[in-house]
Amino acid sequence: MQQILTKEEAHIRKLLVEVTDPEIPVLSIMDMGIVRDIEIQEEKVHIKITPTYSGCPAMDTIAMEIKYTLEQAGYPTDVELILAPAWTTDWITENGRQKLEAYGIAAPLEESADKQALLGRSKVVKCTNCGSQNTKLVSQFGSTACKALFQCLDCLEPFDYFKCLK
Amino acid sequence: MNDQQALYQYLLLLGDSPMILGHRLSELCGHGPSLETDIALTNISLDLFGQVRNYFQYAAKVQAEGKSEDDIAFLRLAHEHRNVLLTEQPNTDFAHVIGRQMFFDTFHQLLLEALRDSKDEQIAAIAHKSLKEVKYHTRFSSEWVKRLGDGTAESHRRMQDALDHLWPYAGELVQESPLEKQMKQQGIGADLEQIRPLYWERVNAILREATLEVPENSWFQAGGKKGIHTEHLGYILSDLQYMQRAYPNMSW
Repeated sequence: MQQILTKEEAHIRKLLVEVTDPEIPVLSIMDMGIVRDIEIQEEKVHIKITPTYSGCPAMDTIAMEIKYTLEQAGYPTDVELILAPAWTTDWITENGRQKLEAYGIAAPLEESADKQALLGRSKVVKCTNCGSQNTKLVSQFGSTACKALFQCLDCLEPFDYFKCLK
Repeated sequence: MNDQQALYQYLLLLGDSPMILGHRLSELCGHGPSLETDIALTNISLDLFGQVRNYFQYAAKVQAEGKSEDDIAFLRLAHEHRNVLLTEQPNTDFAHVIGRQMFFDTFHQLLLEALRDSKDEQIAAIAHKSLKEVKYHTRFSSEWVKRLGDGTAESHRRMQDALDHLWPYAGELVQESPLEKQMKQQGIGADLEQIRPLYWERVNAILREATLEVPENSWFQAGGKKGIHTEHLGYILSDLQYMQRAYPNMSW
């Protein structure tokens, strides 16, 4: 279904695309699915965002960035953090998944494949460097809460895998 | 206690255990036995702190005295903490860290699964969110208990030692306190009577697979939920609350 946007909302969405996740700077918060609602009231724009992980230290920065970006463009803004419904990796857009891969982070698999991969039981995570599926789990936890650490057994390159969250 | 005070206290009970355990894990930052486990343990710590913030932000709102999550985290005395004694136990060695984590994670997952049905919408939302993270914690700690227990003679000995030491603290998690009973009756809290058999079943299954001997002792230390703690908590708080006590009302 084609959603008809007002000129204002289209502009705000365009501005929000410029706001990125400071921990994965290639990814816009729109691609991450962090922005849950944009409400344009008479006096203010009200944006609802949801954290990827409860302890994500980037949320405060993201909220500030949103407020700064929109207010610079002349929209007084409120940012509200909501917890329900809880974020899932399914909300990462196709564009976002492609950007993740290009950046060197393997995009999340489906839940069952993810479990097998994170228990080291099946080789389903593709190397972001050479595309080989001959990879191994190094650690279930990586450089940030949302990632696990893998290594390619063909090109030997280590890389991150974005864990499935459902 | 009126309903509002009971809800506030229950939120402290839900938040204090992950806060104290999160602090214990943060002590390992840079001191883990390997880079990967160091990162894993501090990742888990970060998840727990995030969850605690959600509980305490809500608690501050319920309390309605104009206080913040930081006031709740940094300005309470030891006897005002409701965390279980297990979470205070020191990081003696990696086996103790992993054993402590396995008991907590196993319980934590069952608790959150139950809290998803809480009549309190905010608690249910926090539970939904946290559960996704805690599933990864459970997987990590239970796999390590198995790896150490069913590993070399040395890792087995150490894991068994840790288990024997931690065992007396493993039961408090599922012992229902009067506050938990009250919250259960209101449809807000989890039913520990229902969680208890599942908890022991899962713990025993992990220990069996790890080839560890399950201690026979069925008497458990308790007191944490009503504010009676081991001596460890005072030391933890002097570290955890240092900044607020040295520089009152400081903020980032």
